[in-house]
Amino acid sequence: MPKHFSEAVWVALLAGLLTVPILGIQIQVEGINVSLIGSPLPVLLAMAAVFVARLLQAPLKAVSGLAHIIQRLPRPVHWSKAYRPILLGLVIVAAVIWPFTASRGSVDIATLALIYVMLGLGLNVVVGFAGLLDLGYVAFYAVGAYGYALLSMHLGLSFWECLPLCVIMAAITGCLLGFPVLRLRGDYLAIVTLGFGEIIRLLLNNLDDLTGGPDGIGNIPKPTLFGLEFARRPSTEGGTTFHQFFGLDYSGADTIIFLYLVALAMTLLILYVINRLIRMPVGRAWEALREDEIACRSLGLNPTTIKLSAFGFGASTAGFAGAFFAARQGFINPESFTFIESAIVLAIVVLGGMGSQIGVILAAVALTALPEVARQFAEYRMLIFGLVLVLMMIWRPQGLLPATRPRLELPARAEALR
Amino acid sequence: MNAVTAPITTLTERSLLQVRNLSMRFGGLLAVDNVHFDVHRHRIFAIIGPNGAGKTTVFNCIGGFYRPTSGQVLLDDQSIHGLPSHRIARLGLVRTFQNVRLFKNMTVVENLLISQHTQLETRFLHGLFKTPKYRRAEAEALERAAFWLEKVNLLPMANREAGNLAYGQQRRLEIARCMITQPKLLMLDEPAAGLNPQETRDLDRLINELRAEHGVAVLLIEHDMSLVMGVSDEILVMEYGRPIAAGAPEQIRNDPRVIKAYLGEE
Repeated sequence: MPKHFSEAVWVALLAGLLTVPILGIQIQVEGINVSLIGSPLPVLLAMAAVFVARLLQAPLKAVSGLAHIIQRLPRPVHWSKAYRPILLGLVIVAAVIWPFTASRGSVDIATLALIYVMLGLGLNVVVGFAGLLDLGYVAFYAVGAYGYALLSMHLGLSFWECLPLCVIMAAITGCLLGFPVLRLRGDYLAIVTLGFGEIIRLLLNNLDDLTGGPDGIGNIPKPTLFGLEFARRPSTEGGTTFHQFFGLDYSGADTIIFLYLVALAMTLLILYVINRLIRMPVGRAWEALREDEIACRSLGLNPTTIKLSAFGFGASTAGFAGAFFAARQGFINPESFTFIESAIVLAIVVLGGMGSQIGVILAAVALTALPEVARQFAEYRMLIFGLVLVLMMIWRPQGLLPATRPRLELPARAEALR
Repeated sequence: MNAVTAPITTLTERSLLQVRNLSMRFGGLLAVDNVHFDVHRHRIFAIIGPNGAGKTTVFNCIGGFYRPTSGQVLLDDQSIHGLPSHRIARLGLVRTFQNVRLFKNMTVVENLLISQHTQLETRFLHGLFKTPKYRRAEAEALERAAFWLEKVNLLPMANREAGNLAYGQQRRLEIARCMITQPKLLMLDEPAAGLNPQETRDLDRLINELRAEHGVAVLLIEHDMSLVMGVSDEILVMEYGRPIAAGAPEQIRNDPRVIKAYLGEE
């Protein structure tokens, strides 16, 4: 302890020396005279803070060591395969019932969170499984959103008709970008995709005639339930709205609950598809390619098509989410598709644990719902966000819930056969 | 240039792999200089030579990992010169690596499934809905994997992570991973490196078995002389990128140029 103490004193003195020019001198302006006044209090406070921090460093290290031990403990949640569908069913049922009991605001936030869950899951395939760092992911999200907005505006197509079209459009955009770019690796790929994301945003901003420029596109219709609108009055002559059809009173909450349920269904669909894909040959190939591209080539796997499939799939997921985003907002403009969105989605994937789907879902919910819930800390949002990322990289670089691979096993029967 | 050609074999059939005047230059270094040889069907052909003689470079040129500076490579009379490596692999020419390249985080079985990827082109929708057709394809792939694991004595390890296998086991898995693609020509880059004598003898038996039962031709780079002399039908000796001798094992054993290259001059 005395050693720590003397060390802390030295460090505090050093801190004092360093902080004097910054904190210890104040500029006083009186009329035309500028004078410097020494103010010792901030310096003393800084020294005290450094002193305490230095003293506590050793105990803190012990705590972080504890975190290390906790990490090494076997993971307790190992549901046997029989319970998994039941558990999954319960979670889904709870997620379906929940909006009817919750407040309108929280259902709305949950819908937003689900959009980020979809984006996170899609990017997770690209970054987590295929190992391709994509910093322009938001571009495909924008393609989906603008795709729906424009198709419904010009061709009068409904949300459900546009959804597959948006997916295809985003996938095509992904492949078009991917084809020349995917021979790049790591940092280079990241930079090129970053540039691509910006190009799409600038195009949206400047193609005034097509996209409305910075003004965006408004009056985007919401999804309908088999043609039933969620509105007080039908928008078309002779149309029927949801509440008229079922003889209910009009309630604004219906729309929000409906949107939430649509988002939930879309998320579940994406989850199902991804879970099948990673167990299919193509999913295995993504992983193999991430591990060793040369070995893959030596076995006849074409790296370009495999990467392209991952990239295209990720893009189509973003397009899927984008179409829903446009429908939910009813209004879109390029401001929704800035780089920070890509960064947030990437942060979701990194925080959740690359390749871990439950982790990504939790991280998406945390990163979108928490800022809404804790509004009073809104100013510190980015600060906390950054801090959390830094701490995660130090103590848990593999993410909140590190991925456990769905290992394919040779069944015992086949072994017995031989 | 003392280009040494492999002796014309008595077999009348066409050779499987023809390497013609292959050269590879890296800047000022001529790593492979005018190499010329034939690998016949069902034959085991070895390339030997001191370290740095350019043996692996020859492999990389044949397999499409490098683009040779000049020369021709023909597989089944079809030029594979300049094709990308995955296309060459699909034509039936696969290889192992000097430093084993397995998918270390995947299980042994999964390693064998990945190499069946090209044969397993099941449709996306079939896999999405787990149709009977898809299930059958997967089950067959697993069966094939089990067959090859049995062959290389790794069946009990099937569900282990490949990276956790012992070195000799990893080498055998790499061979199985190649064989499951049903190649015409198997290229082994120092397969006995790091193996103990017993494992080397097993490898000898395995290579012979692959040739006898699965009709594959083998192109081999190896330093272990007991293995090379025992298993090969023909040997090409390289030094400083140039072929210095070629022929049957007995010929090579007594060739003064080879003795000089390996032992130095008297």
